[in-house]
Amino acid sequence: MAKLILSMDNLVLKEITLNKERTTIGRKPGNDIHIDNLAVSGEHAVIFTILNDSFLEDLGSTNGTLVNGNMVKKHFLQNNDVIELGKYKLKYVNEQPSQVTSGDYEKTMVIHPKPTPKAAEGVSQNLQTTQPMRAHPLDTIPGSAFAAKPAAEPKPVEHKPVVAEAKPAAEAKTAAEVKPSVEMKPAAEAKPAAEVKPSAEMKPAAEAKSEEEMKLAGEVKLAVEAKSAEAKPSAEAKLKSKPAETKPQVATTEPKPSSAAAAKPGLLAAIQILTGPSAGKELDLTKSLTTLGKPGVQVVVVTRRPQGYFMTHVEGATFPLLNGKTLDAQAHALNDHDIIELGGIKMEFFYKVA
Amino acid sequence: MDLSKALEVATATDSGMVRTHNEDSITVDAASGFVVLADGMGGYNAGEVASGIATAMLGTSLKQVLDGAEPGRIEPESSETLAVKILREQIAGANASIYQAAKSQPQYAGMGTTLVVGLFYDNYLSVAHIGDSRLYRLRQDEFRQITRDHSLLQEQIDSGMITEEMARLSQNKNLVTRALGIDPEVEPEIHTYEVEAGDVYLLCSDGLSDMVEDDEIHLTVSSLQANVQLASQQLVQMANDNGGRDNVSVILVRVLRNFPASMDWISRLSSWFRLAKV
Repeated sequence: MAKLILSMDNLVLKEITLNKERTTIGRKPGNDIHIDNLAVSGEHAVIFTILNDSFLEDLGSTNGTLVNGNMVKKHFLQNNDVIELGKYKLKYVNEQPSQVTSGDYEKTMVIHPKPTPKAAEGVSQNLQTTQPMRAHPLDTIPGSAFAAKPAAEPKPVEHKPVVAEAKPAAEAKTAAEVKPSVEMKPAAEAKPAAEVKPSAEMKPAAEAKSEEEMKLAGEVKLAVEAKSAEAKPSAEAKLKSKPAETKPQVATTEPKPSSAAAAKPGLLAAIQILTGPSAGKELDLTKSLTTLGKPGVQVVVVTRRPQGYFMTHVEGATFPLLNGKTLDAQAHALNDHDIIELGGIKMEFFYKVA
Repeated sequence: MDLSKALEVATATDSGMVRTHNEDSITVDAASGFVVLADGMGGYNAGEVASGIATAMLGTSLKQVLDGAEPGRIEPESSETLAVKILREQIAGANASIYQAAKSQPQYAGMGTTLVVGLFYDNYLSVAHIGDSRLYRLRQDEFRQITRDHSLLQEQIDSGMITEEMARLSQNKNLVTRALGIDPEVEPEIHTYEVEAGDVYLLCSDGLSDMVEDDEIHLTVSSLQANVQLASQQLVQMANDNGGRDNVSVILVRVLRNFPASMDWISRLSSWFRLAKV
């Protein structure tokens, strides 16, 4: 979970975990992060947290809010951002789970609003006091200056779209006006689910997507399942490095499987045309893939991958020649100074000297 | 109507570089004119089961109901095309099956799947989707995402809370707001588009769209459109080269030529009038 580290003059004062969807910062005592300093406004700023993302919004403070030295009104917080209010600094720490632990992290989960008409009213304060089981409160930002605007959808033709995705045209409010009213406050309530898999039910109100959902005020059920995701050893992860300078290779007799690449990771290569009208022309292979040849007649593609360059036949009845040998439909690793022949034109593949 | 001469379909699916299971599932039928891609979710093998049920059921049932049907016909009671009705009904059926399986078998509790289905008929494409599996279209030089994800992130983008650029930095990429099989009923989003000869359609799971930038996908699809099989493999490979943190699945459909409805001129005209009324 994300947290803020409050410090002044490099002295750490406090650590605040962002476990509420609305964390207020200001000089007045009611703020979640209370900073009693005259440079800080009574209600200075607020941080909205939605699951793993946090957004900072200045509430029209007298002296403003800086993030990494820049004055901000609204800001999507990123790991290690430093928020400054007067002499106080708040460092935002939200470390991405490492690859090793990412098994669950990138798992797709469903959040889905379930109609429970009563959920919206009355319980709005619960969130402030009771923490839901699920770590992060779940809701869209209530009454925020992150104003809604209807998004343009690709226009279906002819037949009417069957599902009208009703988006509320929420009114834009200036940040100064933003004071979430009681009704707009999210009400979250978590129930431990008596199931094998962890699952939590939460009830947010506010900013429901469609009018109907708005009325029903949504009970959001999080279906979260643990999954065993083990790292799979990658067959292609092994890279063979070669020295940069090479002798011209006369022939690579065997077509190589794509996993055993002739590797020069990251090095830029180019193709020089040797014969024909464009002889002498050079083409840098900077893109992830470059096609060569004439569409409809004969085309090959040279792909740039972490482990080097590869050539594959794309279209045409005749296959290209690599160092005098006709290729098959597979991808072939390219080695420095390989000669490609395509539609009677010879060209040389070579690595540029870094 | 046999569309296998009009549509060239290629698929590729891979478990990626990190995961041991492939919870994605695809089924295609060029002759009947449909393609289905599902990205399952749920503990242990449940994700595979959910996406597997979805594609197996839809593969069989769509083939059956489309046989001899006129998907372009307008249904009098709902004034929508038969294609849309078929999609909605068959998806409801698949949803019920997954939901029932999840209810009856404790190890499948809570399983679900995203879904994107494309149904081609009469120079039209009806697309149904649920969740964050996508459909893109390449038309001449324009490559665009046709479906809009049912995800928390997309809702945040729609509400203007974050920009698409900011969305790339979000850590909430994996939350979908709709899925097949989670509830007794589900509402797929269905739209219909005109199809042009030369169009290339890409259906993919988030394992592709999260790992490979749209620009790179565009470059690949457009440079390799002459060989969609190679293009689909190339896309999977790019996702894996970029880390392959998720299962990745790709379906490419290249429209080789027009496939207008085969009707006599009277019914065509009357159907045109009916369409015009709608």
